[in-house]
Amino acid sequence: MNAQEIHARLHRPFRPWLLSHDFEAIDPWLEVSAEGLPDIGRYLRDQADLSFDMLHCITAIDYFESDPEKAAQAPWRPHLELVYHLSSIKHRHRLVLKTRSPRWMEDEPGLLPEVSSVCGVWSTADWHEREVFDLMGVYFLGNPGLRRILCPEDWVGHPLRKDYQMPTEYHGIPAR
Amino acid sequence: MPTNHVQPETVEFDVRTDEMLINMGPQHPSTHGVLRLVLQTDGEVVNEVTPHIGYLHRCAEKIGENLTPRQFLPYTDRLDYLAGINMNLGWALCVEKLLGLKVSEKTRHLRVIMAELGRIASHLVAAGCYGLDLGSFTPYMWAFREREHIINLFEDVCGARLTYNYITVGGVTADLPTGWLQKCETFLDQFEPVIDELHALLTNNAIFIRRAANIGTLSPAMAIDYGCTGPVLRGSGVDWDMRRDGEPFYTEMYDGYTWQVIAPVDGKYPTDHPYPPVPPEAVVGDSWHRFFVRMLEVVQSMFLVRQAMEKYSQAAGDVDAPVALKKKLSRAEAYLETEAPKGQMGFMGVGDGSAVPWRVRIRSSSFCNLSVLPELCRGTLVADIPAIVGSLDLVLGEIDR
Repeated sequence: MNAQEIHARLHRPFRPWLLSHDFEAIDPWLEVSAEGLPDIGRYLRDQADLSFDMLHCITAIDYFESDPEKAAQAPWRPHLELVYHLSSIKHRHRLVLKTRSPRWMEDEPGLLPEVSSVCGVWSTADWHEREVFDLMGVYFLGNPGLRRILCPEDWVGHPLRKDYQMPTEYHGIPAR
Repeated sequence: MPTNHVQPETVEFDVRTDEMLINMGPQHPSTHGVLRLVLQTDGEVVNEVTPHIGYLHRCAEKIGENLTPRQFLPYTDRLDYLAGINMNLGWALCVEKLLGLKVSEKTRHLRVIMAELGRIASHLVAAGCYGLDLGSFTPYMWAFREREHIINLFEDVCGARLTYNYITVGGVTADLPTGWLQKCETFLDQFEPVIDELHALLTNNAIFIRRAANIGTLSPAMAIDYGCTGPVLRGSGVDWDMRRDGEPFYTEMYDGYTWQVIAPVDGKYPTDHPYPPVPPEAVVGDSWHRFFVRMLEVVQSMFLVRQAMEKYSQAAGDVDAPVALKKKLSRAEAYLETEAPKGQMGFMGVGDGSAVPWRVRIRSSSFCNLSVLPELCRGTLVADIPAIVGSLDLVLGEIDR
């Protein structure tokens, strides 16, 4: 099945959660709303004709530009984008799911945005979500062990954010 | 999950034990780098294993956001440093997909030669080190002796022995030097009988079988659920290999090649080689099968290298030169997974119209393969932990990125 057929397949049960799509992109994708993600994921995994049993990767992309001049020219408003790459071993088809989230909850810097976790659907999501939480600062509701995975527990900030400031020292070790 | 040889309950029958937390690593030799495992043990039985990673974290993805794709290429060598050439290939293909580039036939076959030699080298380290983990030193030396020949071949091509920076965006950095194919042929000829020796030393060795068979059994469903890939997935009997099942952009590289996916489907391996028999103790999905899949893939890769050398010498024209260092990327995103020796290595590049990608994402195969470890180790004996960790063939440079 290609992305267009999968979109048609999801249209009836999940219409309000399907936000946009691009079937002409290099990797065709569907955008769904963040709260609908676990239900759509479970449906994609469990329906016999879809059976998306493998989650390859969760990627977070930070769309933010600190330079006001460049920000005015950017074709997007600041936001975070989560990309889920799925495939089915049985049917050998692929799908890219996307979801958007604000950079900070209620536009309050420091308040991490919340997205529903899919680790109840695919176990591998657990570590991927911990990584996204660690490096990009997204809080996954429903992940039982959400803590930093690559950076030390007491690290401050989320390094892959575009406005991240590298600390000058860490426990007395000069970092620059 | 008790082992087939010793029932932990009988061993511990009249011994009073307390729960104990044991820290294994990050400098433990059998953790293959800087992996730290916290074991919650009750006597000899491990109740829970918690992996702690990140000791080698360099935030490679952030580095990628500040360099052009070709400048980032040397950093990919340092991900899985035992198969740098396959990492180069993964990133190069991902950027080519983003740019919509196709390489020439000659380049394609040259890349197959390099990728498969890289796979042999990586699997040799995996096999040798696995023997070492289980207390046998000879296979380690023998495997490294053979790997040395491959490293020499790579050195002749690009001057580097570990971090090659060879397969690059748009092509390769240099064509083969004269006489290289002959050297490679000589290596393959002398290497072929050595594989039988390695099989005799490890695969069919009674001690090795007792240490590896029926240990750390991973069911196909769990392997898929945890995103395990490569020999770990195929060792569980899942017939899945990116070189055949991946995206056309990648599988085109292997068009016209004769080969099979090595996986014990319904308990049986493909039979076009005189393989050693599977011992009755081994069950599909255990450490022994993961090891065996790698050993068979070495033979498979040799077969592919021979085909590729033939096709390379027949292909007309020159190999492709790399693209310009500061070639502009379109405003698009591309994700591509390739079959690296340790599993599916995924790269994602997001372009924003400039020469530097907006975002680089690296999906590490060992990262996902490691995440299943707590499930595999629950209820095993402490001495089996190295046997399970070793069979996953982890490289921490790739996990921590």
